[in-house]
Amino acid sequence: MSLLHLAIVAPLIFAILVPFFYKGFRRIHTGWFILPLPILLFVYFFSFISTTKSKEVVMKTLDWIPSLGINFTAKVDGLGLLFALLITGIGALVILYSIYYLSKDKEKLHNFYVYLLLFMGAMLGVVLSDNLIVMYAFWELTSFSSFLLIGYWYHREKSRYGAQKSMLITVFGGLSMLGGIILLYLMTGSFSITEIITQADVIVTSPLFIPALICVLLGAFTKSAQFPFHIWLPDAMEAPTPVSAYLHSATMVKAGIYLVARLTPVFAVDGLWLWLVASFGIFTLFWGSFSAVKQTDLKGILAFSTVSQLGLIMSLLGVGAASLHYDGLDDNIYVVATTAAIFHLINHATFKGSLFMVVGIIDHETGTRDIRKLGGLLNFMPITFTLAMIGAFSMAGLPPFNGFLSKEMFFTGMLRVLEMDFFSFDSFAILFPILAWVASVFTFIYSMILVFKTFTGKYQPEKLEKKPHEAPLGMLISPIILASLVIIIFFFPNSLLSDNLISPALASILPSLVTEETGFMVHIYQWHGFNPELFMTLGVIAVGILLYLTLPKWRRVYDLFPEKLTLNRFYDGAVERAQTGSFKFTKSFMNGSIRSYLVYIFTFFIVILATSLFYKNALKVDTSELATIGIYEVLLALLIVIAAVSILFAKTRLSQIILLGAVGYTVSLFYVLFRAPDLALTQLVIETVSVALFLVCFYHLPKLRKEENRVRFKLTNAVVSVGVGIVVTLIALSAHSNKFFSSISQYYIENTYEKAAGKNMVNVILVDFRGFDTLFEIAVLAIAALGIFGMIKLRLARREEE
Amino acid sequence: MSIVIGILFMVATYLMLSKSLLRIIVGTGLLSHGAHLLLLTMSGLKRGAPPLLGENAENYADPLPQALILTAIVISFGVTAFFLVLAYRAYKELGTDNIEQMRGTKGNE
Amino acid sequence: MRSRNNVILETTIRLVLFIIILFSVYIFFAGHYYPGGGFIGGLMTAGAIVLLLIAYDIKTVSIILPFNYRIMTGLGLLFAIGTSAGAIFFDVPFLTHAFGHIDLPILGDISLHTATIFDLGVYLVVVGVTMTIIQTIGEDE
Repeated sequence: MSLLHLAIVAPLIFAILVPFFYKGFRRIHTGWFILPLPILLFVYFFSFISTTKSKEVVMKTLDWIPSLGINFTAKVDGLGLLFALLITGIGALVILYSIYYLSKDKEKLHNFYVYLLLFMGAMLGVVLSDNLIVMYAFWELTSFSSFLLIGYWYHREKSRYGAQKSMLITVFGGLSMLGGIILLYLMTGSFSITEIITQADVIVTSPLFIPALICVLLGAFTKSAQFPFHIWLPDAMEAPTPVSAYLHSATMVKAGIYLVARLTPVFAVDGLWLWLVASFGIFTLFWGSFSAVKQTDLKGILAFSTVSQLGLIMSLLGVGAASLHYDGLDDNIYVVATTAAIFHLINHATFKGSLFMVVGIIDHETGTRDIRKLGGLLNFMPITFTLAMIGAFSMAGLPPFNGFLSKEMFFTGMLRVLEMDFFSFDSFAILFPILAWVASVFTFIYSMILVFKTFTGKYQPEKLEKKPHEAPLGMLISPIILASLVIIIFFFPNSLLSDNLISPALASILPSLVTEETGFMVHIYQWHGFNPELFMTLGVIAVGILLYLTLPKWRRVYDLFPEKLTLNRFYDGAVERAQTGSFKFTKSFMNGSIRSYLVYIFTFFIVILATSLFYKNALKVDTSELATIGIYEVLLALLIVIAAVSILFAKTRLSQIILLGAVGYTVSLFYVLFRAPDLALTQLVIETVSVALFLVCFYHLPKLRKEENRVRFKLTNAVVSVGVGIVVTLIALSAHSNKFFSSISQYYIENTYEKAAGKNMVNVILVDFRGFDTLFEIAVLAIAALGIFGMIKLRLARREEE
Repeated sequence: MSIVIGILFMVATYLMLSKSLLRIIVGTGLLSHGAHLLLLTMSGLKRGAPPLLGENAENYADPLPQALILTAIVISFGVTAFFLVLAYRAYKELGTDNIEQMRGTKGNE
Repeated sequence: MRSRNNVILETTIRLVLFIIILFSVYIFFAGHYYPGGGFIGGLMTAGAIVLLLIAYDIKTVSIILPFNYRIMTGLGLLFAIGTSAGAIFFDVPFLTHAFGHIDLPILGDISLHTATIFDLGVYLVVVGVTMTIIQTIGEDE
């Protein structure tokens, strides 16, 4: 276990301690204890920058299930490190923020921080493991912790609804991703991403390639809320705001982006990958921004905006993947798209994080997030306003904020699609810049709504629950840090990010383009002359302002979409139908009658065994090896048969018990004949004890009544039981006659004395060779006894209460 | 021997399919006897001395199935006892030993 | 007062009980070499106590043998798991048993097994479980 592994699981380990902090130091906010961890981890991962900068990759392997090729391989390369820094950095800020956001008196802080740490560890695991199976395990863990965090206020119905929705959708995607991973394994024979990438050229011809591609993309799209799976994200906003800022904008939803980026070298060989990623991305971008404008909840706006920004990054990755079809870096015009994707990823984390925190502050200080109730807060919260403005303008793509830079690069990337002449991109290519531009207009509009509807306009104190005032300083620290990053990145993008983070990350996404000597030279310009991108931006601003001002006039566009056809409706209906359907289906055969179940079981038993007997030609009666049958055996066999059959016709319970006892004793005599003294003894004693037990119990039970005499009922029973009898007879005969391999008993016979110093093989097997069986057996016995004890004593206790 | 086992299984199945809890319990008891004998039969019957090294015999009976059966006997005892008490308790609570009447038609809907 | 069940039964049982229990103990220890072992020994002991229960009633028996059988069960499980887990400390797999020989003055050559302790656990569990079952049912009148 290296330090790197320890760093990944540190949050998980730390989570165990949280309840103790919470219990032991009630007076201090639990968050203060958590805060040092992400900071420490951030510093630790920061130290890797110099390594990845020199194109080196740190790999540490910890064996997990080596026989299946599943090892916990931690791999730090440019892409993984970038995400790790985001996770720990934003994590630290969010925890700091949450200390002020969540009251230590009212909230169940230990739950919150346990879930949050769980998430942090899982997310680090996703981005830093090289083994797909390990990554998948962490991936599901993030879905799981997201579920818990969305449902944090579980007493609210909407929280539960949102939690369930996100769980269903992301886990569905996760499972399909697992399918994709297994398909990849079938093609390459490895779970290691590094290894799979080296075989990318080979597997593209495999018939499993396309299914694997689609399965993996489903996983990525559900996680990253791409259309049409985006519907879970707005409902996930029921989570506490720090969670939304952390999971649902900065990190978890980017796991899908990460997956796409990570597997680009594997799948980008095929045009389908480019098509799917780019077109789903661009459409999500458009749809998200379009839907965001009609939202009235501040967090709703941010949720749809996150959806659309994720689509933006996704489409950039799709277009950028085209660069792998060129050799080398010269004239490779699509690298800029991938560069933009990574750059925007960072920018989005900064401005969206700060915006979420701002919205959290507004919610916290006014008691509402509804823009129809808010307005004129500028006078009360000037600092918050400034922060909101920085975040929103950056999101809208205005200078001097980092969003402007990445938006320009985004336009560049989209314009270059026009020049793409393979995979029949040329016919639809024009749609990409158009959709990108339209989406940017809507992005501009909702960014403006976010700022101006909240902070300017008429102040409506009567609609607010509290009197608004500026947030405490502690709550402002985190958004201030993020907002200042927004500006700093604009002015110094190259010295801060280009070489340190973006180039190494590019090297991981597009590895085939890097050679020993050349690397990615990323240079980001604030000003690149009067080119189409700039005009597009200017157009966005002009049209955006126009539309923003005329918003009430064209708002009715949104009413054109009928309520019934929305995806949410579809989802709700599907969930409900699945529930009622499976209920009905179960009800049809689970009718609560033990008899029917037994009939199913026995019938299945007969069918499956009989068919396999005949199918496998196992039916063989070989009498040559049979021992001679003596007079005693015949007598005893007759005795058993008579006793057993007469149980059927026994009229009283006493005679039934006695007959059962008779069978038992005869069986023990059989054991004597068959050279099994231990068994004979045990059977004898146990028969005695259980007959006594039967007698005690039956004393209380009612007399036997005559069974119902429906012919059909009896007939089914008779048929099923005769069938079982015949099948078992056949099996017994064939089992006796077929000997495929010699018994392992010889081992016991030889080793009983040498290895266990005993002479009674049966006993030695029980206590020594197969001691585990015995251990569990006595455990079963003890459980049975406890069950009986509980059943009887509980009843006594209850009776006493009454 | 196989036929004996078959008959044991047959009777046991018939009993288990009946409606009375008593018969079901007796049926499970018989079923376990049948299963034990089946295990023993599978290894071949009556060959060699008992599996005790003290016997100094050439051949020993197969000890492994015997050990398995020993475990099975004790477990089936535990399970039968549990089942018995369950039946007893159910009868005390519900006043019937007919499983068709015990079906939780009330309260489950 | 307790009504006398059956004089002959009671008298016989006083005598037979000790024989049975002694025999069961013998069988338990013989287990490694001759037919017997924890299961059989335990069941036989339990059978003896059941016999006692038939002759006398529960109250008397619990005065004669003041054990808490549930604790006995737990103790047995502890023995069994303890001996199995003990192997871990000697860096051998779970459930590995050790044995050795000792010469005792009177009894002569005796071999000692950790497996016997395991079997003792089995013995205790079997007695404990059987008696718990019968006792609880018996008490519930």
